[in-house]
Amino acid sequence: MFEVFALTDAPIGDAPAGFGQFLLLGLVLGSLYALIALGYTMVYGIIELINFAHGDLFMLGSFWALQVATWVAVTTTSNNSTSAIIGTVLLMLLLTPICCAALNMAADRVIYKPLRHSPKLTVIVSAIGVSFIFINCGLFWKGATPVKFPDLVPDTNLLPNTGLTLTWKDAMVVGVTVPTMIALTLFVKFTPLGKAMRATAQNPTAAQLMGINVDRVIAATFAIGGALAGVASVIYGLYIKAVDYQMGFQNGLYAFTAAVLGGIGNIPGAVLGGLVIGVVGELGKAYLGSKWSEALIFAILIVILLFRPAGLLGARTREKV
Amino acid sequence: MNLLRYWVLVLFTLLAAYPFLPFAEANRGEQFTVLFVYAILALGLNVVLGYTGLLHLGIAAFFGIGAYTVGILTVPFFPFQQSFLVAALAATILSALVGVASTAPILRLRGDYLALVTLGFGLITLYAIRNLDAITEGTKGMNPIEAGPIPGVPESTDLSGLKLYSGWGVRWYKYPYLYFITLCVLGLIMLFLRNLERSRLGRAWVALREDELAASCMGLNPARLKLAAIAIGAGLAGLAGAFYAMSLRTTGNPQSYDFTLSMIMVCCVILGGLGNRNGVLLGVFLLMGFDRIITNILDNMIQEQIGTGGPTYQKVSGWKLMIFGLVLILMMRFRPEGLLPEARQKRELHPEEATGEASAKT
Repeated sequence: MFEVFALTDAPIGDAPAGFGQFLLLGLVLGSLYALIALGYTMVYGIIELINFAHGDLFMLGSFWALQVATWVAVTTTSNNSTSAIIGTVLLMLLLTPICCAALNMAADRVIYKPLRHSPKLTVIVSAIGVSFIFINCGLFWKGATPVKFPDLVPDTNLLPNTGLTLTWKDAMVVGVTVPTMIALTLFVKFTPLGKAMRATAQNPTAAQLMGINVDRVIAATFAIGGALAGVASVIYGLYIKAVDYQMGFQNGLYAFTAAVLGGIGNIPGAVLGGLVIGVVGELGKAYLGSKWSEALIFAILIVILLFRPAGLLGARTREKV
Repeated sequence: MNLLRYWVLVLFTLLAAYPFLPFAEANRGEQFTVLFVYAILALGLNVVLGYTGLLHLGIAAFFGIGAYTVGILTVPFFPFQQSFLVAALAATILSALVGVASTAPILRLRGDYLALVTLGFGLITLYAIRNLDAITEGTKGMNPIEAGPIPGVPESTDLSGLKLYSGWGVRWYKYPYLYFITLCVLGLIMLFLRNLERSRLGRAWVALREDELAASCMGLNPARLKLAAIAIGAGLAGLAGAFYAMSLRTTGNPQSYDFTLSMIMVCCVILGGLGNRNGVLLGVFLLMGFDRIITNILDNMIQEQIGTGGPTYQKVSGWKLMIFGLVLILMMRFRPEGLLPEARQKRELHPEEATGEASAKT
């Protein structure tokens, strides 16, 4: 039912592709997966919910970014000045996360919050419901066929004469995702809200007894996760240049896989998982053919979970009984 | 007599009588057959998810394995040319074996990790089906599947040629016996599950679901019980897949066995009532019936009114996911135990009512 534009359909460039090239591209895509995976892992870390709607939130984010670009009427590189293009990209990067954060918070407030003390499965099914609604909204918004996303970032190679291809697009992905992830890590480590988040993740009841407003912390987590999905959606749109209403499914699935691979609930784990998935996907594509790279990703996931049942970095999170 | 208490029996009787009714339509019969197939699939998932409490997100893989086993054993493309009986049996057994083999190594994973690995397994199976086009004929699907119900006799003609009930004035579709066979199999599975629930195995599953630690302390072997659940659940899913391929005359596009199907099946089971076979039946008939039949009828009605080719939001099928989503969310909010809850689940989800009843009794 879902025929999707996966991230791995990205153009490889014109340089003769070798191992280093695929590694590079894998790391670029992986950092994008990592950004989406963070939204899964943060929400899971706090309320143990597999947020199936996260991928579709990402999809709605990219539609919103497209809408923003249409409003300011900067949709091509040809007849716009560089400053207008940079301004548009920054505007998208500002407005989309706000919108996604608000939507994610609203979903939490209206749908997940009343189910806070329900069994896990109840909340997961609600999340599936939210996901269906988001997909349907996307369908109404932009129709059933893929829509072109403004091609605002040039494909010029930044590493000529090295045998590697690193375009402005690749650089943009890394240039946005890495600082975002560093900022997030610092935020969770050093700010009071970040500390409250970690406390809530460890033990909500104890956190509440210590005077932490758990509901507000959860809302903030949804907001941050949503904002990260928003950032990722803008980057994705600019990178792949086409968006459609079903793309949230597969990209969400990869990101979720990345989160679990790293150890769900664990922030560095999600980043590591995203990078692993990106690299494995690209190398699989290079050496097994693109048909099998998806299967390879999930095969690697299963193998890793067989030997490390809590994910790569998951040892630190303890199972709650 | 309270007919509502026996609604399942009444339903089965009505469905068995339907083809003989004057307003019976051929394509409705085909749609109903597919509905029965999904009911078998959901009942299989219910063994794993409802009775044993394992969140399996890859049940569609077994459905696909069943369908493709039948495909390989019956299409003219391959030299096997088995009868449908043999093929369906092989599909069931193979699915059960794959279920056990794929689950045995991952039993030590807990909760959501298990869910993800089953999801991954489902996707790998789907990709394998899609990519091994030398065997599965890729996205074209394997067809035609034309094994007869009688061993050794390739089916070529329809039963209407036999004038079995031409006197009834039935405008009936080409392969009417399949409707009855699927319905019969569904009925038999319901009986089988009814007995299974009360058996030692069924009670052990429930104990395991409620508290694995306590159950293993009482001498139950969780690993073996989980494998038994997977074997039966996957076997039923494989059987459903066999009937699916049989009723469509093709395995169809591999996309019919994707993650969406697994997820919708989970929704059917939970909507109807986790662990309650009647509830699951109701859940499937409501969700899949809406998906496959009611939207079609409504869309046709709308098309008659305003003509074809309108925008998506003018069709009921365009609103399908929205309606699914709202139903799921509202159900989880106000009736999380499902439409027809199993007694234990209900008590767990509404503790205040249960204790009230208990104190009223004493």
